[in-house]
Amino acid sequence: MKKGGLAPTALLLLGALYCLLPVGWVLVAATKSRAELFTSAAFAPGTGLMGNLSDLSAYRDGIFWRWMLNTALYAGLGAALSTGVSVVAGYALAKFAFRGRGLMFNILIGGILVPSVVLAIPQYLLLSKVGLANTYWAVLLPSILNPYSIYLARIYAAAAIPDALLEAGRIDGAGETHLLRVVALPLMGPGMVTIFLFQFVAIWNNFLLPFIMLADDGKFPLTVGLYTLLVTGANQPALYNLVITGAMLSIIPLIALFLTMQRYWRTDLGDGSVKS
Amino acid sequence: MDSPRKGARGARAGAVPYLFLAPAMVLFALFVAVPIGYTIYLSLRRVRFSGLGLGRGSRTEIFVGLENYKAALQDPEFWAGWVRVLGYSILVLTLMLGLALVFALLLDSVKIRFGRFSRIAIFLPYAVPGVVATLLWGFLYLPSLSPIHETLGLLGVRGIDLLAPGTVVYSMANVAIWGGVGFNMLVLYTQLRAIPREYYESARLDGAGELAIALRVKVPMIAPAIVLTTIFSIIATIQVFTEPVTLRPITNALSSTWSPLMRVYRDAFVTGDLYSAAATSIIIALISLGPSLGFLRIVRRRAFGEGQQ
Repeated sequence: MKKGGLAPTALLLLGALYCLLPVGWVLVAATKSRAELFTSAAFAPGTGLMGNLSDLSAYRDGIFWRWMLNTALYAGLGAALSTGVSVVAGYALAKFAFRGRGLMFNILIGGILVPSVVLAIPQYLLLSKVGLANTYWAVLLPSILNPYSIYLARIYAAAAIPDALLEAGRIDGAGETHLLRVVALPLMGPGMVTIFLFQFVAIWNNFLLPFIMLADDGKFPLTVGLYTLLVTGANQPALYNLVITGAMLSIIPLIALFLTMQRYWRTDLGDGSVKS
Repeated sequence: MDSPRKGARGARAGAVPYLFLAPAMVLFALFVAVPIGYTIYLSLRRVRFSGLGLGRGSRTEIFVGLENYKAALQDPEFWAGWVRVLGYSILVLTLMLGLALVFALLLDSVKIRFGRFSRIAIFLPYAVPGVVATLLWGFLYLPSLSPIHETLGLLGVRGIDLLAPGTVVYSMANVAIWGGVGFNMLVLYTQLRAIPREYYESARLDGAGELAIALRVKVPMIAPAIVLTTIFSIIATIQVFTEPVTLRPITNALSSTWSPLMRVYRDAFVTGDLYSAAATSIIIALISLGPSLGFLRIVRRRAFGEGQQ
């Protein structure tokens, strides 16, 4: 049993190194001044962090921070609405027997079949017709429905809510919305956190949808903002520092969220029991 | 689990489940069904100019049947795009899923140190947006900045351009593998942890080593999860867009129609040919429908026992 213990550990650590390398590099590179970026060794810390931060904050009147706030708004509000819609739908699918249940589930889950681009362009055209393109709504509204979240919510509801509890409530004369609020939602709590987190990351990381929907850079999220910064900066190495510092700042919130919420990052596709 | 035939709940529930499902169904209608219908409609139409092409009356939208589809399918650049994406997808799928499986099995093996650290580190890139991941690697590929080039230089290898036409596909695949390996590893690892330990005991008593147990017991038991992650990954790689678009500013090796999806974007927003864009996106949807339908069948069978008689 003892032998063979070293090689697996070494292999895993190699994988960990590969995954940490770019993140480590950007943390170091963001500390370098313009001159140091091109001259010092790649992993030698520089002296320009404060300079870079103030340059980035000054760039076009602090538009970077605006992108950060926009992203938080899109991801936070979008994920909250998405979780609400998914959990209520998943609860209905798991705990009620009604005509059309299988059909409705298949239709909603079928959304996974549709490539995002097939939706994003007509969504843009249709939202333009009602005057909503290039508004916050254009990014928020299409982000609410997530077939995968509904699928997870159905599994969580089926696993976490005992039928007997609902029956007892009904015998006591409790209304269905009351049962949803008092019995179902608290029991689905941990599962809801998981659904929220996955959707939060999905919206935070989304590029295609806001890239298509938005023209006004005051409404950009970080992904599209950093992309435009890169396009502008590609031919001006002077802007590299801004892009690198921006990239570094943009991944800090998610990494923090990710490390603090460890136990909710679950991907059980089969059983759905959320152990906490 | 909760069969529709199980009780009188349904009869009494009345309109309640429909009300609970209403928000999801309304969103589905507005943001999935109507856009798909609109895309199909657009894909069958085209603008014709009459006279000098001036004035309002000279621009008319007409029904052209499958003409847009024919034009897209007859364009050699469209197929060249698919060939590029196919090569890229094979590279990403085999390496990303292979690594994910190896890491998951290693994490699950008996003797392992720093397991928790490695698991978190390998999952970390999941928290990095595709644009930022491409941007970070893009900088690492630049000779003037990169520790990769520094290391290669120390080894005596110089002059490798990681953003040249022949190498850029590998550089891009690396970004996708880096971003995706952790998520897939976690899915497989979670499934491995769910296998009761007793399954291994008898194999161990028969004298099977860790490797034999991994290959003959563990891999077959998580086969459904492997299929699931594969199908998810196929759908994602067919739609590759963010990586090539983000790399374009720093390399000349990527055309604006490198992948089929980039072509759709160009048609819709650069050349303003919505009708071609619509036809092309329907073709992409049909091509990714195969793996997606497979996914749906597996999901339903596994999770809810539907489709099993």
